[in-house]
Amino acid sequence: MSMSETQRPAGRANRRARARLKAVAGFLLVVATTYLGLVAVTFFIGRVVPIDPVLAIVGDRAPARVVERVRLEMGLDLPYYQQFWLYLKGVLQGNFGTSVLTTNPVMTDIRRVFPATMELATVGTVIGAVIGIPLGVLAAVRRGSVADQVVRIVGLIGYSVPIFWLGLLALLVFYARLGWTSGPGRIDVVFEYTFTPITGFYLLDAILARDWAVFRDVLSHIILPASLLGYFSMAYVSRMTRSFMLNELGQEYIVAARAKGLSETRIIWGHALRNAAVPLVTVIALSYAGLLEGSVLTETVFAWPGLGLYITNSLQNADMNAVLGGTIVIGSVFIAINLLSDVLYRMLDPRTRTR
Amino acid sequence: MSALLTVEDLRVTFPTRTGIIEAVRGVSFTLGRERLGIVGESGSGKSQTGRAIMGLTPEHGVITAKRLDFNGIDLLKASKAERRALRGKRIAMVLQDPKYSLNPVMTIGRQIVETLRAHEPVSKAEARRRALDMLAAVQIRDPERVFDLYPHEVSGGMGQRVMIAMMLVAGPELLIADEPTSALDVTVQLEVLAILNRLVAERGMGLIFISHDLRLVSSFCDRVIVMYAGRIVEELPAARLAEAEHPYTRGLLNCMPEIGADRHPLPVLERKAEWKE
Repeated sequence: MSMSETQRPAGRANRRARARLKAVAGFLLVVATTYLGLVAVTFFIGRVVPIDPVLAIVGDRAPARVVERVRLEMGLDLPYYQQFWLYLKGVLQGNFGTSVLTTNPVMTDIRRVFPATMELATVGTVIGAVIGIPLGVLAAVRRGSVADQVVRIVGLIGYSVPIFWLGLLALLVFYARLGWTSGPGRIDVVFEYTFTPITGFYLLDAILARDWAVFRDVLSHIILPASLLGYFSMAYVSRMTRSFMLNELGQEYIVAARAKGLSETRIIWGHALRNAAVPLVTVIALSYAGLLEGSVLTETVFAWPGLGLYITNSLQNADMNAVLGGTIVIGSVFIAINLLSDVLYRMLDPRTRTR
Repeated sequence: MSALLTVEDLRVTFPTRTGIIEAVRGVSFTLGRERLGIVGESGSGKSQTGRAIMGLTPEHGVITAKRLDFNGIDLLKASKAERRALRGKRIAMVLQDPKYSLNPVMTIGRQIVETLRAHEPVSKAEARRRALDMLAAVQIRDPERVFDLYPHEVSGGMGQRVMIAMMLVAGPELLIADEPTSALDVTVQLEVLAILNRLVAERGMGLIFISHDLRLVSSFCDRVIVMYAGRIVEELPAARLAEAEHPYTRGLLNCMPEIGADRHPLPVLERKAEWKE
């Protein structure tokens, strides 16, 4: 009896550690499989498309022996599975090949363009969440009121208006006519050569360098595209917040909270929203991931040197290495964000935690 | 016996697209520091009566009454803020199912402390101590441990005891228990009822016990009101329930199976249009 009692805690701790290890291993397996699938699909799509990568490099007037030599150099005479194996080996070492268009390694290019996209997406998502959540809460609490209708109409417009049109309109009004903001691009030409980015996130870099002139300039560049993305994100977030809140406000624990004599403010923000936050995290994370893919249209309209623009340009120039690299990065971002939202979900909802 | 609560001609109506729904149609009763049972079938208006007293009628509902008086406070004239100050502090309510009526993402301790802090300027430590005392009062063996648990980590019976603790911690004078044991197992029901009974007696609270279980109410309460279609059809001391005269109450009593009695089939409840008048 006494022996089993002294042994039990150790046994339990062991069992728990083993269970956790198993969970982590299972999770890694899932991630690895997802990655393998991602790389395989993008690779084979890249090989199946009717584009001759050799032609893209040597041009259409090259003599046949040059074409043949480049073909051999690129390993295109090998069977597909061998080509895939070589590619996979490269990817595992962080080598996505060289971009034909920029002649840089694809990885270097992505390291340059991805922060641009990420900065834009982050600011956009923050704007969307900071405005969208309170609006959704307001609409749910005042259901059927004028405020609710306004929020729904604003959301509906955000859903249905094409972003390139709104983007051009915003440029016309705020840049060309009013001159309140800067135009396309990330940073003014004046600063382009004096400012050396460290992280690639210009806002952050300007703060790190304590260069407030640059900060103001970067801000006035990002504000339009970020507001635009923020508006679309806001439309989605406010709509989802409204529906999650309506669901929570109808629950019995809200009646109980009222019976306790709590203030409406506390009931709405402390009880209902705290519960609605659980599914909301997933919604916001997915919308963030969507923006991280690179909003091609926004980046094109605003000449934003991000991932979306990079992939589009590469695709138009048959630069398959760049396209594949970009696609894999997007896939990784999706996996990472899903992971993050899983973790957040667990933090927010005690029922999903294992004890 | 001084009246704790006086209800006279209470009416609760809900205007809907298809017309007005009258949930409660002229209910009158007075309550002292006693246990009053309200029984009736679903839709008889018993829950809406309780919610009207709490001030928790859904927003589109309309309440009228000749009198709705709690301890000299006219509940009809009281402002929203005054009603809120009463809720939880002087009038409290226990809901049916702890699985839904406790906030799933907040620890039990915080939910109890929250009631206290909504009404009294107590320090954190003091609030915690009183919450732990209250948990002990509802016979939770290890209050310190339960304090930090989430609602999904306790059983139904324990959840309902937590609910009672949460509602009684600020020391209300009137408790409305709306089907407090209907979601529990029969064995746990009696346990929870015993705790409720003891606390009501110890603290000298008035209790309105809303239930559809006639037998439970008659064994637990001092007085019983039988409601049908938004009206009180009969009011009598629990001990004399067998002498009920109204055909609806008789019907309810007749439906109860008895051990040893060979009644096949059991009589079915009758509902007559004239009872609604």
